[in-house]
Amino acid sequence: MSIEAVFRAERGRVVASLIRMTGDWDLAEECVQDAFAQALERWPRDGVPHRPGAWLTTTARNRALDRLRRAAVEATKLWEAALLTGPDEPGDDSGIRDDLLKLIFTCCHPALTLDARVALTLRTVLGMGIAELARVFIVPEQTMAKRLVRAKQKIRNAGIPYRVPPAHLLPERTNSVLGVVYLLFTEGYARHGLTSEAIRLAGTLTELMPDEPEVLGLHALLLLHDARRATRLDDAGEIVLLADQDRSRWDAGRIAEGLRLLDTALRRGRPGPYQVQAAIAACHVTATDTTDTDWAQIALLYGELARFTPSPVVELNRAVAVASAHGPAAGLALVDDLTAGGALAGYHLLPATRAELLARLDRTDEAAAAYRDAIALATNDTEQRHLERKLAEIA
Amino acid sequence: MKYMLLICVERGAKETGEGPTIEQWLDEVEGKREHGSAFMSPNDATTVRTRGDEVLLTDGPFAETREFIAGYDLIDVADLDEAIRIASRHPCARIGAVEVRPLEKED
Repeated sequence: MSIEAVFRAERGRVVASLIRMTGDWDLAEECVQDAFAQALERWPRDGVPHRPGAWLTTTARNRALDRLRRAAVEATKLWEAALLTGPDEPGDDSGIRDDLLKLIFTCCHPALTLDARVALTLRTVLGMGIAELARVFIVPEQTMAKRLVRAKQKIRNAGIPYRVPPAHLLPERTNSVLGVVYLLFTEGYARHGLTSEAIRLAGTLTELMPDEPEVLGLHALLLLHDARRATRLDDAGEIVLLADQDRSRWDAGRIAEGLRLLDTALRRGRPGPYQVQAAIAACHVTATDTTDTDWAQIALLYGELARFTPSPVVELNRAVAVASAHGPAAGLALVDDLTAGGALAGYHLLPATRAELLARLDRTDEAAAAYRDAIALATNDTEQRHLERKLAEIA
Repeated sequence: MKYMLLICVERGAKETGEGPTIEQWLDEVEGKREHGSAFMSPNDATTVRTRGDEVLLTDGPFAETREFIAGYDLIDVADLDEAIRIASRHPCARIGAVEVRPLEKED
């Protein structure tokens, strides 16, 4: 493993341990940075240590101790230094895993804004640089730095506890963590590079909370979705629909891992929205083509999903599945209900879906009108061009 | 840590009749609530500003809004999670809002 890869893999754990030991986020991050600098000097000469994470934690800890001793004129600082020399040896893996989980839960505390949670998690847990974060979120570096400072200030000043929440808060707080990971992933499609970070974080959570079925469910969902990434756009960057994707190019390794995780999750008998979404993705990736796909099962699963998270977008997806399972007329009836409801007004996929179903029913004029509505509402060029091609096909 | 709970309600808000009553809430926070009180109506407030040598008075609260501060409770608890739990069980959290403000730490 390259030194760079070791840093990426270990940074979250090392920072988490240092925050627990010092209670000071900034000091922790600075000392970890120092430890990395030392490693860059020594490892090429002496070789990568047997347990690089423990080496980095000890080095950062010594650095923190050093700095606190030097600054230990005040009683509080002495107390902090005393904490550092406590019995908690960084060699204990269970403690380190617990530290990382504490860090993740604290970064995703619901008293912080969603933006702050996402930025803090990417920075502190995954070690993304401020310049990179600023680029991903399309804000000036200064703004991003300020956002992080403010979030850390609130954690300290408002007394947000550095811990894994107790049992009565755990389900709600776990949802907050999973929400951040899911957002990273969905945003990741538009913003290059975040999908792999989201999957990495989901993997860490699976490792830390193997008994939480929704954690495994989300991890499975991300893997099963990402398995199709290479086939979503063609060489020219145009959208390729599921039906036309080259299934031989789907990532078999990711699919196998996703299915295994989903299976483990479902066996716990505590279903939830991420498991249901993963089950839907599993129906797609295990079919040889769209006619072989179990659309009736998918329609049922969307019904189930609507029970957990009622939303008109879920209803629209259910309508598409119903159309594939029971014919375009059945799907169109649901789409027309949604149109009448008005909740999705302005959402281009509503008229786009309607157009598709009307075309299948040979109601060409109405289909063309619906495509034109969809084109007017589409928010990006790729989608607009895709819809224009569909319109040209039926005209 | 000490937190001030600012109890905010809208004019004319009615209690829902669900959840703990104020008496039950006071029992629950026994030992954690240092002091607190309901306020008289914002109509009875006087706002004071000193500018130079002049003391300026305004009849009413410092900001005229639909929501007003109806009372306060000062609590001393372990952390924000505990403060949030206590705030969430205050009867006015159901009909209005409770702002949880940490007090500046004394060094």
